[in-house]
Amino acid sequence: MKFRTRAIHVGSEPDETGAVIPPIYLATTFIQPGAGEWGTFDYSRSGSPTRARVEKVLADLEGAAGALAFSSGMAATHCAMMLLEAGSHVIASNDIYGGTYRLLHKICSRNQIEVSLVPAHDAESIADAIRPNTKMVWIESIGNPLITIPDIPAIASITRPAGILLGVDSTFVPPAILRPIELGADIVMHSATKLLGGHSDCLAGVLAARDRQLHDRLYYTQNATGAVLGGLESFLLHRGIKTLSLRVREQSSTALRIAQWLEQHPRVRRVLYPGLASHPQHARARNYMGDQFGTIISFELTGDIAETKRVCSATKLFGLAVSLGAVESLIEQPATMSHASYDSAARAAAGISDSLIRLSVGLEDADDLIADLDQAIGS
Amino acid sequence: MHDSITVDSKPAPTPNQSSSQQPHRAGPSTVSVHAGEARQKPNDAITDSICCSSTYTFDSTQSILDYIHEKQDREEYGRYGNPNEKVVERKLAALDGAEDAILYSSGMAAIVGLLMTKLNAGDEIVFFDECYHRSREFCFKHLSRFGVVTHQVKTGDFDAMNAAINDRTKMIVSESPTNPHLTVVDLEQFVALGKERGVETLIDATLASPFNIQPLEYGVDYVWHSATKYLGGHNDLLAGVISGSKEKLEPVRKLRGILGCINAPHNMYLLERGLKTFALRMQRHNENGQRVAEFLASHPRVEHVYYPGLPSHPTHAIAKRTMKGFGGLITFLVRDADWRQTGSIIDACRIPRIGPSLGGVESLIEQPMVMSYFDYAPEQRAKFGIADNMIRMSCGIEDADDLIADLEQALSQS
Repeated sequence: MKFRTRAIHVGSEPDETGAVIPPIYLATTFIQPGAGEWGTFDYSRSGSPTRARVEKVLADLEGAAGALAFSSGMAATHCAMMLLEAGSHVIASNDIYGGTYRLLHKICSRNQIEVSLVPAHDAESIADAIRPNTKMVWIESIGNPLITIPDIPAIASITRPAGILLGVDSTFVPPAILRPIELGADIVMHSATKLLGGHSDCLAGVLAARDRQLHDRLYYTQNATGAVLGGLESFLLHRGIKTLSLRVREQSSTALRIAQWLEQHPRVRRVLYPGLASHPQHARARNYMGDQFGTIISFELTGDIAETKRVCSATKLFGLAVSLGAVESLIEQPATMSHASYDSAARAAAGISDSLIRLSVGLEDADDLIADLDQAIGS
Repeated sequence: MHDSITVDSKPAPTPNQSSSQQPHRAGPSTVSVHAGEARQKPNDAITDSICCSSTYTFDSTQSILDYIHEKQDREEYGRYGNPNEKVVERKLAALDGAEDAILYSSGMAAIVGLLMTKLNAGDEIVFFDECYHRSREFCFKHLSRFGVVTHQVKTGDFDAMNAAINDRTKMIVSESPTNPHLTVVDLEQFVALGKERGVETLIDATLASPFNIQPLEYGVDYVWHSATKYLGGHNDLLAGVISGSKEKLEPVRKLRGILGCINAPHNMYLLERGLKTFALRMQRHNENGQRVAEFLASHPRVEHVYYPGLPSHPTHAIAKRTMKGFGGLITFLVRDADWRQTGSIIDACRIPRIGPSLGGVESLIEQPMVMSYFDYAPEQRAKFGIADNMIRMSCGIEDADDLIADLEQALSQS
């Protein structure tokens, strides 16, 4: 069956009540058949019926051996990083979410994990950074906030023979568009708070693993550390997934229109969107993503930081807020908001300028969003 | 509380156009996402919080007196409404192009609430006869106990409806499209008759949804939706809504406060969330409905398809003129099949689940004769046009190719 049909039905198989939407289980513990005998579920940190259902559909949609749902995207990333140990080296993209940068440099570093940042859209830069103790490469399938596109198969062809795990944060590119495991990734991570949940109302994270053994290692850590997704949030996430492919297609098509409109605007210096022919990795994006290029656009104004702040505050439909991927459109300034956790030197090195604006394109009508940007940017 | 959505019209600007400050008419998807909500919410949250309070407090006796004397717009006790419900009522009113909308705990609670407000002993109402069997049952079995007389006339027969109206008639009622025959009623004629005879008009637009038709634009007095269907859209909540003018709905709201058939805040949150993707889902329901109907119409095992988007439907011309799309519900007859053989086709389907209801993301399928009319005598079923070989399918938002492939394999069995 096709993606959208599976998104609606896998994991929603009827239980004994026949309910077309399975009941929400909030139970923290489960009665066991006997002392020392275990039923399917025992304690909800180890697994619960509602979480198991959303994990099932996520694994199916990602083409993974299994999926795990976490209380946030960072909890998921942290669980993946706990596969490493003191003395391990991790290579990460220099175009990554500020929270991941902070985790690697301020938390993992305390456990003697070494971090190198490289321009991951150039696979050679990863090959060059490999050391004998390199255990993991962590990239984003679309970089945040500079919208760089890595060549996942090329990177996998470097990491796989070397026994290095390839983790892909695919938050910007949900499985309706691209499935990193099919391209060679070992672990896929999502901040499911974004497009998967899609409604700005549940925090959640996902890890999906290529093979059962890796899944079991991640599950062991998840169960041992306990950053699991609750029953109500699992239900909301699952509900959001049912409209995922519709939302992503519509929001991607609106984003492309907005990117094209911005590119012609005299007050816009440059637009970073993979669907534009001007994007440096446009051909690669087209190859891996087909005709949907995601819902995130970054662009730079011709004005200074004050002008950037003014525009971010002048929109009426785009809300000024971090986060992304939901039905409501958002606008933000990465330098002071989503990427404020970068050191300023690292921000400059990565090319995150003060005049950069990041848009998350929602489900509103494209005409309404363009009219809003038009009045905010001015003439 | 304020809305961020303005409703006047202006096309999208081109980049070099100067930014004019003319108001701009929001499209249906923008209305679905934003209308009715405060732009800036408590704690600066982007989504509405769920307010589970059963009662609302006053800081002093004087505040209660101010509330009473000044008719302040605030909460008092949960039975009279709650903040979550009010947001959704504003959003639904915007979608229906209405001044006001009142939510109920189910679609049936909504129609009961409206009819109980508007009708007294001795009053009469006239229905078109193709309608939800529970609406009919409520009028004939229960309203009748309170001295209200219900007449039914053939759907679309305005002469018969005109003849059934007398000086005790208060309201004429129709579904559009009707269930399960998908007959689309000419709203211009319906409203003209109501105005000419001085009776109020009510349209059950559940099967169309506000995306496909806006009955209030035609001058209908009340629009009724089972919000359980397309509005909620996820098969996970029950709700009903009546839209119309503030003036006409005020007594309806008052009676609801007494009867107490309101919506809990949790339920309202799910409805609000479901409405965010309403316009998007409707586009897909419309596309899937049209494609599956065309497939069925061309299938040798199918005797007849009822779908307003097909030229073969008797009210296709009216539908084309008045509706943006024709929805996801399709009724069809299986050729040379008795009720058992018809049931076996339903049993052979792998994607649609067998169950009542419609309008959710998951496709559902059922045999009206078994699901809703099993206890009726054959002649009664014939009177209501419920054939033994009739199947009703609600197309969800799955891929149309998958739904068609599934129906193809189900129809090729036995």
